[in-house]
Amino acid sequence: MSQDPAIQVQDLSKTYIVPVRQGGLGAAFKSLIHRQTRAVEAVKEINFAVAPGEIVGFLGPNGAGKTTTLKMLSGLLHPSGGQVQVLGHEPFRRQKAYLRQITLVMGNRNQLVWDIPVLDSFERNRAIYRLERAFYRDVVDELVDLLDLTALLDKPVRNLSLGERMKCEVAAALLHRPRILFLDEPTLGLDVTMQRRIRHFIAEYNRRYDAAVLLTSHYMADVEALCRRVVVIHHGQLLFDGLLEELVQRFSPHKTIAVELANGQTDLSAFGQVVESEEGRVTLRVPKDQTAQVAGRLLAELEVIDLTIEDPPVEEVIEQVFAQEKA
Amino acid sequence: MKGLGDIYATLGRTTLAVQLQYRAELVIWLLGLVLQPVIYLVVWTTVTRVQGGTVGGMTAGDFAAYYILYMVINHLTFTWIMFEFEFRVRNGSFSPLLLQPLHPIHRDIVDNIAYKALTLTLTVPVAFLLAWVFEPTFVWQRWSLIAFIPALALAFLLRFMVEWSLALAAFWTTRVTALNEIYMGLAFFLSGYMAPLELMPDWVQTVAAVFPFRWMVVFPVELLLGRLTPDQALYGFAAQIVWLGLAFALISLVWSRGAKRYAAVGS
Repeated sequence: MSQDPAIQVQDLSKTYIVPVRQGGLGAAFKSLIHRQTRAVEAVKEINFAVAPGEIVGFLGPNGAGKTTTLKMLSGLLHPSGGQVQVLGHEPFRRQKAYLRQITLVMGNRNQLVWDIPVLDSFERNRAIYRLERAFYRDVVDELVDLLDLTALLDKPVRNLSLGERMKCEVAAALLHRPRILFLDEPTLGLDVTMQRRIRHFIAEYNRRYDAAVLLTSHYMADVEALCRRVVVIHHGQLLFDGLLEELVQRFSPHKTIAVELANGQTDLSAFGQVVESEEGRVTLRVPKDQTAQVAGRLLAELEVIDLTIEDPPVEEVIEQVFAQEKA
Repeated sequence: MKGLGDIYATLGRTTLAVQLQYRAELVIWLLGLVLQPVIYLVVWTTVTRVQGGTVGGMTAGDFAAYYILYMVINHLTFTWIMFEFEFRVRNGSFSPLLLQPLHPIHRDIVDNIAYKALTLTLTVPVAFLLAWVFEPTFVWQRWSLIAFIPALALAFLLRFMVEWSLALAAFWTTRVTALNEIYMGLAFFLSGYMAPLELMPDWVQTVAAVFPFRWMVVFPVELLLGRLTPDQALYGFAAQIVWLGLAFALISLVWSRGAKRYAAVGS
């Protein structure tokens, strides 16, 4: 990779100073006189880089430090330690030249003004980002087309459904055609169709404009569809940075074997842990290093119609990653 | 500059559209705004009558002129920025504003002007109604009528900058209501709201000349009423400019530090 990374993070840390006090009124009074504080390390010396045009999934359980990291990368939060460079800028300086090239989509109440039609909110962003009118018209046409917004443009935002609003939020956040997208749970609370739509759109945007995307999501479908590479953090620390399939390889000690049997015999507990068993179809979980051997035995000893070996679902792997770390 | 003009025009237009949706709220705000000066007007009119026609050289008609104009100028210069800041910092709604390539102060100025443009259509008729009821005596003076225009513009800007810079305290304390109360108390006293400053003891007038409050509300009123000498007017402009410079300096010093402390809670 010869070109400079779009995002470069080195030993990045964030420590919050938070007041400590017990519950109850007495403690509340006590804290008036003597305020105790505690340092909470939300992000601890993490390192990673994202290349231009790359889509990276940023994973971790609630409270892992994902959002804090995204806030530091976008420029909202000042890091407590380490370095961040995004497109050669230090984000926390929030230079206009930097802000014009990035976008942060968080929740669904950022860009749009509640009481006016969607198009008027777009107009506001056109002015704020100082977009040429011809360019702006092209971008709006394109976004309207890709996200199917035609019917929504002249509706006040408060009359939109959650999914409709999210589509418009995403569009408003991309009017200035940013080169870096920080997306924090862009599909949260959306139905499956709408999730798929947003997902397709992100992929298409990335393809057309070679934009780098850093995405957090609790929906593994998002991650699997969009991200070849994932960065996993937990308790503020980097646990894994690599290809999604490597994550599965590394953290899942099991594989699943699904067999379809001719005679409907279903008790296969001697071969491995039975996960599912239904009318001659059995799913087994077996240790990875014994997969071949177990498959061989199944084929030799039973009358097998079909047999497939698969990695466990990513959700399960991620769950295991977090569980292992805790133990 | 062309870009900034477009920003002001576009934001102004859309903000006006937002505010037009809350007509009932506008009327209630306006009632609050009108009520207080009317109370003082009634009190001082009564006092003058009891005192035999004048108080400190001011007749009932003078008081009426003073408070009616005060109401209009106070309306034109007031801000709600301290409440707004506290809200933004507490619930994290500052975040999207900070990530746009526009200093948030511009958006606040536009909001303020759009609101004033709309509500002025109600304030002015109310002022005429009060004039009809209370029969003010105006003494117009050409030079000070002309001086009024820049004085009003500076007063607006000064009040806006001072309150915006104080609102930045929200980055440190999150809640600025207490600070707001102290500020309001001082302003109430030193901006000639409770009583015209010329009726106050000398020491209060001296203090009022030093603090910014007089220069951000009542100075344009005094000019309109022709109550100032050219020297006093020049002093007023100088005070406005000095305070404006101080407020600018304070904002540029404190803004980036405050934003650095911002914890972007919630969203």
